[in-house]
Amino acid sequence: MVNLKINNKEVKVPKGTTIIQAAKKNNIYIPNLCYLEGVHQLGSCRICVVEVKGAKTLQAACMTQVTEGMEVFTNTQKVRKARKVLYELLLSDHSKECLSCKRNQNCELQELGNIIGIEESRFEGERSDNSIDCSVSITRDMAKCVLCRRCATICNEIQGVGAINAQNRGFKTSISPAMELPIGDVNCIFCGQCTKVCPVGALKETDSVNEVWEALYNPKKRVVVQTAPAIRVAIGEEFGLEPGSRVTGKLAAALRALGFDDVFDTNFTADLTILEEGTELLTRLMNYAEGKETALPMITSCSPGWIKYIEHTFPDELDHLSTCKSPHTMMGALVKSYYAQKINKRSKDMFVVSVMPCTAKKFEIKRREMQNDGFPNVDAVITTRELAAMIKEAGIDFVNLEEEEFDTPLGFSSGAADIFGVTGGVMEAALRTAYEIVTGKELPFDKLHVKPIIGFDNIKSAEITIKNPKPEFKAIDGVTVKVAVTSGTKGARELMEEVAKAKSPYHFIEVMGCPGGCIMGGGQPRSEDPDIRNKRLKGIYDEDESKKIRKSHENPYINELYKEFLGKPNSHKSHEYLHTHYVKRGEFNEKTDERFMVSKTAHQPTPNDYTEKRIYKTSVDEQNGENHNESAKIAALSAENARLKHEVEDAHKTLEMFKQIIMDYANKE
Amino acid sequence: MSKTVQSCCCSTKEKTQKEKYDEIANVIELYKGKDGSLIQVLHLAQEIYGYLPLELQKFISQRMSIPLSKISGVISFYSFFSTAPRGKHTIRVCMGTACYVRGGKSIVEKLKEILGVEIGGTTEDGKFTFEIARCIGACGLAPAVMIDDVVYKQVNVNKLESILSKY
Repeated sequence: MVNLKINNKEVKVPKGTTIIQAAKKNNIYIPNLCYLEGVHQLGSCRICVVEVKGAKTLQAACMTQVTEGMEVFTNTQKVRKARKVLYELLLSDHSKECLSCKRNQNCELQELGNIIGIEESRFEGERSDNSIDCSVSITRDMAKCVLCRRCATICNEIQGVGAINAQNRGFKTSISPAMELPIGDVNCIFCGQCTKVCPVGALKETDSVNEVWEALYNPKKRVVVQTAPAIRVAIGEEFGLEPGSRVTGKLAAALRALGFDDVFDTNFTADLTILEEGTELLTRLMNYAEGKETALPMITSCSPGWIKYIEHTFPDELDHLSTCKSPHTMMGALVKSYYAQKINKRSKDMFVVSVMPCTAKKFEIKRREMQNDGFPNVDAVITTRELAAMIKEAGIDFVNLEEEEFDTPLGFSSGAADIFGVTGGVMEAALRTAYEIVTGKELPFDKLHVKPIIGFDNIKSAEITIKNPKPEFKAIDGVTVKVAVTSGTKGARELMEEVAKAKSPYHFIEVMGCPGGCIMGGGQPRSEDPDIRNKRLKGIYDEDESKKIRKSHENPYINELYKEFLGKPNSHKSHEYLHTHYVKRGEFNEKTDERFMVSKTAHQPTPNDYTEKRIYKTSVDEQNGENHNESAKIAALSAENARLKHEVEDAHKTLEMFKQIIMDYANKE
Repeated sequence: MSKTVQSCCCSTKEKTQKEKYDEIANVIELYKGKDGSLIQVLHLAQEIYGYLPLELQKFISQRMSIPLSKISGVISFYSFFSTAPRGKHTIRVCMGTACYVRGGKSIVEKLKEILGVEIGGTTEDGKFTFEIARCIGACGLAPAVMIDDVVYKQVNVNKLESILSKY
């Protein structure tokens, strides 16, 4: 333990504690901006500076560890003044269009200014990068960036993607992809974790709210909405409810109040996914047992961020992915075929909206593979945050809504579908069904929960031995099925490296692109609650346990769907509507011409402004496949230009100096 | 871009793209896995390749398992690194005091005219990058012009054409 004084108060904290943590423990708040406990403590904004007795300069409280006998002052005149100047300097290079900013009143910079009592902004001058870079999923508004670098930390350290980092230096620094390429042009997986930590409006989902309103007001459209499992335990937070509150009934009611014609539940197609994916797994296992060639381990394919990651990073391992589309695109495909037929509508009159905890889903619906009969499966994806904004705009009193039910047939689900929203859930749901199909017996775990794969460990694994299977599964009698679960692409990389070396011990792997799974997705409400993921996880499992039917194959509407439309799992029709294939992209997109930039338009860009733009190689040197695309060239040239201009300026200055010297000499003579 | 050109006066033959990439691969092999070696690698890569275009950055990124954005970040941070092609030869006109008073400026003006580029520019044929230097330490030879590592002494505007014709 270390003894120190903070503002003359004696405190005792464990060794290794930083000043900001020690202060917090003792109920002293040190204003800060870039700090994210345990994740980002780089001192990049310096707002948290404090005075330490004996130290020459002010110290960043987020980085400085306490020492024995240290005396810290958090609110001296010197500290107060420094904080204000630092803040005003941040403002001097910040677009201050707060009233028309998406983060207005939900902005950490704004809140900080309020706390430290800023009433003026004395420094005005040149502004740095003010470009807007818009992809189908994520929009980067660099005029608002305060260079806190949280996003870079999340992208590099937590997700291990490294799509963005600091480019250039000093005043010209910007947090961007390499050579300031557009984000839709690089290996960004659109997980949106950066949009959750951005303290200001610099990183956000690309807006889809307007297109949804337009569809709702269009009398010719039958507008169908579906919501992902993770929404129901998170959206309440946007209306002041305790994190993890289950608001399924209110959610259904709110969607109906917004004017959606059909309120369906992605949970339904989560159940369907289990039948399709479970059957696919069993087929692969049987093939393997019978010595036929097959790709094992099989890996889940529900998470589009994860899919983009593997397409970029392990393009040669795509046959390990389940061919199942993600649940919401399955729903879209069914709405525009099965359901449209049922209600005598044409596919083109249906407009499908997905409410997702995810920014990558906005990218997913733009994939060329995600369409049937010439129509995209899903027309628009809005995030949890965007739906909350719509509900607020419509003046709906969410908290006091009467609970309602989802519509049938595509709104009924089992408990197994609920847990799709959390890491380990898809695996557990799949095991509940697959085990029972194979053995005819219930999965032998307490309350059907496969305990070893629940929780937030990086990589979790479990084993289940198949005993006395039904005759048709004789080939896998006695086989111990090994499964692994991870969330976040960093853990996925570890598992994939084994797969790539053909050394993976597993048969089935579940990957969710965001750490913690969909409940912590990039489109979820931003939260400062340190225990947020456990609260949302509990909400999900409570929801599961509250259901009478907790196994996907017992969902009666699923069985009806197979009888009326699909035939049986993995049938020809299933493959047509519910399965897909993947694209080899490569780390630098070198294996595909597909890009996800949104073309510039006069109005606020939306994902639908995305025009399929193929970039062909502008090859200069065939031998080495030099592939400079235009924007990179321009960026490179302008950077070089700037550098040279500087040098010329320098040279001119030197010249002037020499002239002066010569003049002086001349005058002397 | 730069085609393999047999140069008439250089002692070494121009390397092919492949040879340059191979050489860079060897450098990476040498430094791989050592913490903080990226700058060394970039430094040597620029020496071998002349500059650090995006394609080369990708190559280094892949070989060193470092994200491209990080590599580009380092390159754009240090002004020593260049991402645009430079001429095959670098002309540096000395503008130190001695060279300046003995006519450095008129050499600069004449070179601008001959090469058709401003200071810092690279000629259209990619042959020369034109720069000025502070004192190069050859004041006795003023005015001096350096092309790559060869120093030309007591240059005047009339000598320039013949000097350049050697390249």
